Amino acid sequence: MIRTQQLAYRYGGGAELRFDDVEVPQGGVLLLRGASGSGKSTWLAMAAALLAPGAGEITVAGQSMRSLGKVAGDAWRARTIGFLPQKLHLSAALTVHGNLAMAQWAAGQSQDDGRIREALAALGIGELAARKPAQLSGGQAQRVALARAVLLQPKVILADEPTASLDDAAARQALALLQAAAQRHGATLVIATHDARVEANLDSQIGFQTVVIKRKQL
Amino acid sequence: MKTIAFAWRFLWSRPLSAGLNLLLLSLGLGSLSFVLLAGHQIDRAFERDLAGIDVVVGAKGSPMQLILSGVFHIDAPTGNVPLAAVKQLEQHPQVAQLIPLSLGDSYRGFRIVGSTPDYLTHYSAAFAQGGVWSAPMQAVIGAQVAAQTGLKVGDRFAGSHGLAGGGDSHGQTPYVVSGVLAPGGSVLDRLVLTALDSVWQVHEGHSALDADDRKLMEDEREVTLALIRYRTPLAAVTFPRFVNATTEMQAAAPALEITRLLKLIGVGTDVLRALAGVLLLTAGLSVFIALWSAVRERRADLALLRMLGAPPRKVAALLLCEALWLALLATLIGVLAGQELMAALAWFLQLDKSVLISGLAWPAELWSVPALAVAVALLSALLPAYEAYRANVFELLQSR
Repeated sequence: MIRTQQLAYRYGGGAELRFDDVEVPQGGVLLLRGASGSGKSTWLAMAAALLAPGAGEITVAGQSMRSLGKVAGDAWRARTIGFLPQKLHLSAALTVHGNLAMAQWAAGQSQDDGRIREALAALGIGELAARKPAQLSGGQAQRVALARAVLLQPKVILADEPTASLDDAAARQALALLQAAAQRHGATLVIATHDARVEANLDSQIGFQTVVIKRKQL
Repeated sequence: MKTIAFAWRFLWSRPLSAGLNLLLLSLGLGSLSFVLLAGHQIDRAFERDLAGIDVVVGAKGSPMQLILSGVFHIDAPTGNVPLAAVKQLEQHPQVAQLIPLSLGDSYRGFRIVGSTPDYLTHYSAAFAQGGVWSAPMQAVIGAQVAAQTGLKVGDRFAGSHGLAGGGDSHGQTPYVVSGVLAPGGSVLDRLVLTALDSVWQVHEGHSALDADDRKLMEDEREVTLALIRYRTPLAAVTFPRFVNATTEMQAAAPALEITRLLKLIGVGTDVLRALAGVLLLTAGLSVFIALWSAVRERRADLALLRMLGAPPRKVAALLLCEALWLALLATLIGVLAGQELMAALAWFLQLDKSVLISGLAWPAELWSVPALAVAVALLSALLPAYEAYRANVFELLQSR
């Protein structure tokens, strides 16, 4: 689960960004909506223990971000967070299989080829394992990035603008995959987006809550 | 996959840049390896041939020439000295051993040296075939002479006048091969050795007019020089002065002359070393630029690794490993190239019947090549690795 209370972030110049309180149960879906620069990425970074909250509290999967040190934060993030960035950042030097192996390496886990094959097969891209990212279509590349995000069976999946630069059909498919993957792993899904299509296309059967992030500076 | 395996993949994901950096680093390390190997081999060749020779006595002239001609057999001798005068020196209380050498003829470019069996013993020569001469006009040939001329025990050959080959042939006084030396790495490998009497016999038989003339020549016999070992180290102070002041001969100390020679060669090797240093510096800069731009290009990818849970030191280690791969490959290529160049030089010098050196060697100073390679690579990678270490993941993931 994710819970925030009077969460705020202070920038270097002294400006402060405040966020509404949120409480999402484990396995729930949270949609963070807001215009570019509204603070969505700052919220995600605090949830991933990459930024320390300036004030208030954020607890993710039972862990308070305030009490996490930098070193412990890296290990916690590896165990807990799956991240799907807007720009997919698949390494061109590695195959699809290598990109997933790299996620295991980054998390300090030994390479588990069986789990990589399973993750790729679950997203219907098992046959792409030996391909390089340059040989993939946009949709295939996004599935690979999603497979990488869920590979380590995270408790929370953070997706940053997952539908940006996708057409309507591809955006619908991407969201369906994302929700299905989160459901399969029982993970809490957080989608940060400025794209109005996301809310319209999320599976209302599953249920989600939307938080609109607005810049509220003091 | 381990860090080193990922580093390898990332390194070769930019093949042109990696290849050029590898080439630059290898050139620097190869030049350095060659300079180190050449210096070591030449020093060793000199040491080997000089072992146990405290002073060389011969005709007055250039002391360096006397050493080069008498010990290394790579220059013309300064002239001849009377055998009687040399024999007198042998009785000197400071002289432990005196080996006379008589030069003047050659066989197919290899010098024929008249001496005593002590000359063979001095270099601990071992025979591959046959044995030492037992009578005049028998000869022992060095391993390189045997290899290049095909002579074997029992074969006959005639020397020719002069040291360079191509002089008048002494066809009426041929030598018989009594022994072939096993390769020893010393100057003996490229010499034809015989008794002093043989050399005299060849030349006296060649130019004596009658029996009286022959008798006169026997009284006036000469040798080219004498290699002397002192009884006591103190002799180094007084003996050369004694020879230079009281005889018509000169005494040259090989240690002094070789130090002088190596100093002259040293200027050349210093220039080569400096050149290798410049190449290494250039390579270091190039590796730095390549890694720096790789970090710039892959900033967001590296940030994503942090997002996936990699601690900063792991991301920095990835870049250091890339640099270390370059260092390892460049060391292998550089040292191999240095050894190959050295082997080529050894082959050339052997053809030239000059100082004997070998291509394959690993002197202690050669360890400085991998050490330098690692140092250059690590120094070049330090700043890019630090940049990756302190990367602001949040900012990088925001910038699109």
